[in-house]
Amino acid sequence: MENKKQNPIKKLLSARGVGQVVTVFFGLIVLCIIFNFINPNFLGKRNLANLLRQIAPYIIIGIGQGYVLITANIDLSIGSVVGMSCMMSATLMCNGMHPLLALLITMAACIATGALNGVLVAECKLPPFVATLGTQTICRGIAQMVNGNMNTDSIVGAGYQYREFAEGLRNFFYYNKTLGIYNTFWIAIVIWLIFNFILAYTRTGRHLYAIGSNSEASKLSGVSVSKTILKAYLVSSFCAGVTGFIVCAQSGTGTMNAGMSYETFAVAASVIGGISTMGGTGILSGVLAGASVWAVMDNGLQMVGTSVGLKNVVVGLIVICSVLIDVVRRTGKLSFKHKKA
Amino acid sequence: MEQYKGEYIVELENICKSFPGVKALDNVHFHLKAGEVMALLGENGAGKSTLMKVLSGVHNKDSGTMKIFGQEIDNMNPKRAQELGVAIIHQELNMCQHLTVAENMFLGRERHKGVMLSQKEMNAEAAKVLKSLDIDLDPTTMVGSLQVSKQQMVEIAKALSTNARILIMDEPTSALTSKEIDELFRIIRQLRAEGKGIVYISHRLEELQHIVDRVTIMRDGQFITEGNFADMDMSYIIANMVGREIKEKFPRVQCEKGKKVLEVKHLNAGRMVRDVSFSSYEGEILGFAGLMGAGRTETTRALFGVDPKESGEIWLDGKEIRINNPMDAIRQGVVLAPEDRKKDGLCTKLSVRSNIELPNLDIACNKLGVVNRRKVSEMVKKAISNFSIKLASPESDAGSLSGGNQQKVVVAKWLARDSRVVIFDEPTRGIDVAAKVEIYNLMNQLKQQGISVIFVSSEMPEVLGIADRIIVMCDGRITGELDIQDATQERILELATRFESKLDAADAAQA
Repeated sequence: MENKKQNPIKKLLSARGVGQVVTVFFGLIVLCIIFNFINPNFLGKRNLANLLRQIAPYIIIGIGQGYVLITANIDLSIGSVVGMSCMMSATLMCNGMHPLLALLITMAACIATGALNGVLVAECKLPPFVATLGTQTICRGIAQMVNGNMNTDSIVGAGYQYREFAEGLRNFFYYNKTLGIYNTFWIAIVIWLIFNFILAYTRTGRHLYAIGSNSEASKLSGVSVSKTILKAYLVSSFCAGVTGFIVCAQSGTGTMNAGMSYETFAVAASVIGGISTMGGTGILSGVLAGASVWAVMDNGLQMVGTSVGLKNVVVGLIVICSVLIDVVRRTGKLSFKHKKA
Repeated sequence: MEQYKGEYIVELENICKSFPGVKALDNVHFHLKAGEVMALLGENGAGKSTLMKVLSGVHNKDSGTMKIFGQEIDNMNPKRAQELGVAIIHQELNMCQHLTVAENMFLGRERHKGVMLSQKEMNAEAAKVLKSLDIDLDPTTMVGSLQVSKQQMVEIAKALSTNARILIMDEPTSALTSKEIDELFRIIRQLRAEGKGIVYISHRLEELQHIVDRVTIMRDGQFITEGNFADMDMSYIIANMVGREIKEKFPRVQCEKGKKVLEVKHLNAGRMVRDVSFSSYEGEILGFAGLMGAGRTETTRALFGVDPKESGEIWLDGKEIRINNPMDAIRQGVVLAPEDRKKDGLCTKLSVRSNIELPNLDIACNKLGVVNRRKVSEMVKKAISNFSIKLASPESDAGSLSGGNQQKVVVAKWLARDSRVVIFDEPTRGIDVAAKVEIYNLMNQLKQQGISVIFVSSEMPEVLGIADRIIVMCDGRITGELDIQDATQERILELATRFESKLDAADAAQA
């Protein structure tokens, strides 16, 4: 009888990626308790709200990177696309364009970047590392160029025709809450829900996993490998574009360095959450967990008064450890995981 | 399906296909009827796989006509092939390890309602197909956690779930045990009775009589002959495959048995290597027989220092030696040509030269660690000519060679140094008859040089044909040792199936 009772839990835990996610959430709770012990304000209402707002961009870029990693590729252009999106939308607005039109044009540029990444990797067979390193530099360059190598003026400053609308945006993305939680977090959750649905319940999602697991087998099964990889890169750039716009709206200006090293954060959020860089494994819930760990460390270490340098060292160690744990967990239990040549 | 019974469902005429530098197919014909098993035979590199890739849409033909179910097809691609009912079960298993059985079976043609996948429906459907084949598997199991043989069953089930009417099996039995082969044959007969056309590619000619109706033979990219299997005999088939009679299938050389080289005492390493003791001598080939999963590969890996040992002693030339990792083993002169050449034996993306050079860098380098290129070139040249490895240049990628030539490279890389014990783990798997003989000759050559050769093989005829003494393993233990004079297939099989009685063990535990 006991056996029967145990089975559903065991089965759930053995399902794709769930084990790692559960482990990480436990770790997250422990982290929160430790931080709260050192600084009781950590779990205070105010900091918690801030924390959730901080998590949001990590979740969104983590989703994009997660999609790409699952196909056993990588997107290093994310941070620059965030920067490009931020600078581009701010510049357009500062030149008198309606914010929504600015958003539209910006997103088109970001998606074009994703398409370029996808074509370079999937069609031209460039190593993803190199291809996206190239677009990384290009996009950062564009971010610097659009406003003549300067950060933009404030979009909520006087003289902007749609100043009120822009102010509304800032309030929406930065100050306003729904159900007691900042809107930005909800936006991240909505995006997460959409892409989690696609990944877990649609054919495209299944194909992403299949390609990451064995792209040759997928091709021979009639899966359109290059189209699917292209889709992953489109998602990644879309997410980065959205993040860039949010950053712009929140701060009210375009900064050329916006999104600097976000691609690394995105890899960390995915990997901590159990999305292997070798493809085929992990679930998007892992990104929620991983992004949370990242933001909690970021925020928590600040709250307990650590220096930025030490914070970076600790966070880096956590990334390495989480991958190490993942490897041990996998090779300890399942011996089928062979590294692809 | 019934309406096609006995009619030609595949007609390939004058098919040509060239790759840069090679004419892989040269005016090849191929005909398959519904409800028959057609063996497609030929040496490695004869063009069988290429022909089947043309049929299944992986490659496009350069010229010729292709008719499937009487319909002429010009632009074939994998998706089109699937729609027409052509399914290929690849020699190299092509499964997504991270997906479940059902997910693999429905890959590329997932059932869905709107945008949602119908997971339950697919699982149920998969279970139905598996059940119809009497395969005991849960469709929600991850494929990566299954044994190779089970994975293959999944591939067959996958093909059938696409309503395949033309089934191509490329070396389907090479990784299976005899029981699993029986199982596979049962399934093939069932499919044949249902009127499906089956193309069966295999190097194991002795299997053909159990299953095959007709035979097509290819050689060097050309069509050689086609006919009823019943009208042919083995030597005729082999002669047509190789273009010459192979007189001695198993060339045996007599050697004086010399002194003891290697002695392994009470080796334990995990569940598959339990209390293994044996010795090998100069001038003899020691065969290791047994069923799949008997622990032979595990024994060689533990001996070579790849997997950790729990206990046991290894003596070489009368001295006890320690082997904690492969480097130790290589330094002592114990080398291994592993079972899976693509995975463990070769760096397929590196050149043949680099592959041969790799384990010998210690002797090819000067004290500062700088490689002596001339020395390497000589070493490589010698290896290539000694083994008559067929290649365009030593700089070609090892992965681009045919199976037999790859195997020769695996072996050749070790022989540039002085070895005392050379272990061959399934060296002839998936390579053609002529290449097999070359591998046998090679082993004989080592034997004559006084090197102790350990030969692990699942194919009983070749163990009987080549080895001087045979050790039989079952379930991680040595269950017997036979001198070649006393060894027969029956004796080996009897020893190979001598499993520990679970009842006895329970009694002992109680006592």
